[in-house]
Amino acid sequence: MSAARLAIIDSGGANIASLRYAIERLGIESDLTTDPARLAAATHVILPGVGAAADCMARLRSAGLVDTIRALEQPVLGVCVGMQLLFESSEEGDVTCLGLLPGKVRRLASDAQRPVPHMGWNQLEFDVRVPLLAGIEPGDYVYYVHSYAAPPGAATLATSSYGERFSAIVQHGNVYGVQFHPERSARVGAQLLRNFLELS
Amino acid sequence: MRFRDHVVVGDILELAARYRDEGADELVFYDITASPDGRSVDRTWVRRVARLLDIPFCVAGGIRSVADAEAVLGEGAEKISVNSPALADPELISRLSERFGAQCVVVGIDSQTVGDDYQVYQYTGDPQRTRSTARRTLDWVREVQERGAGEIVLNCMASDGVRRGYDIAQLTAVREVCRVPLIASGGAGAVEHFTEVFQAARVDGALAASVFHSGALSIPALKRELRAQGIEIRT
Repeated sequence: MSAARLAIIDSGGANIASLRYAIERLGIESDLTTDPARLAAATHVILPGVGAAADCMARLRSAGLVDTIRALEQPVLGVCVGMQLLFESSEEGDVTCLGLLPGKVRRLASDAQRPVPHMGWNQLEFDVRVPLLAGIEPGDYVYYVHSYAAPPGAATLATSSYGERFSAIVQHGNVYGVQFHPERSARVGAQLLRNFLELS
Repeated sequence: MRFRDHVVVGDILELAARYRDEGADELVFYDITASPDGRSVDRTWVRRVARLLDIPFCVAGGIRSVADAEAVLGEGAEKISVNSPALADPELISRLSERFGAQCVVVGIDSQTVGDDYQVYQYTGDPQRTRSTARRTLDWVREVQERGAGEIVLNCMASDGVRRGYDIAQLTAVREVCRVPLIASGGAGAVEHFTEVFQAARVDGALAASVFHSGALSIPALKRELRAQGIEIRT
């Protein structure tokens, strides 16, 4: 992991500071950038995102990063809205996204017991054994703040449940995504980030 | 964590690390003297807390504008909590929610029983200035939700610091009109108080301070007991 050269895409979200601190706690330096050359040169890339999917996509487009991100071959991790951007489209603002993962992001259904946004600690459910989940067990809790989510699909590695089941962790090839906030998910979140940075 | 006395930053970091390690699910930092003194939170410590913590945290005290909130959130806090400034300017809740989303906006309410009703109090950080607002608590709970509050912390003042249990009757009444996450505050002194507030008042979370600060109750022991009683809680 000490060889990881991590670039974090400066997508303008409020959680970027927290994410950088979480990486710092793992003893890794990160490069916060929108420079395509620096993204291409990194061993690992994280795409954070907070706010509306349409705004985030607009920022990526205006920074000229859509094709850059689509062409990345190293491990890429989308976090929260950053994960949602990896899919084909999002209901939020009815926006076309990066299309790196199959499927469409949908709004969570709310009811009297389950207000949206969904905020809080929920359990991970999975039965796969993959390097990204090393040291993480089914039933472990992670911290969520979101109003939209990807329904379980071909890329889903793990799910959580909030009235309905949704994708918690996804992967297709070198592209990974987590709907929860690993930077605020205590030991489990730190373990996931460490696992990601050890992928080659 | 609710600080009644002046606490230096080093102590805040030490306490924050202790509660993080003990398994707290979220920490709230109250600068309760900020509003009565007419000053805003000193934010130098927020970044230091954000670096240290790997769980969500909320900052409360003296947030009177979108700019105040932006500074705190930009330093790494997940949420900001407003209380007295929201009573003075209810539109503040709407502005914060529109700018940052409801998930960032917690409204703290200090309330107590007056006759056969509940009323909201203001400036409770300073006993000399604490005053009733003549607002009915249930009306205020409805209004802050309409304005975009994502979470409500109800501090039942008569119970606060007494450690004889949460005000179940008041919390139950508020639960009836509260569709966003409701956090109980004030009165925790023993494991059974937590069990009772989750089961009887159906709150989403329970906040406690003095019972943890004093060491009277440890978070791991509390969580073990709650799980044994079938209350779903993070391990």
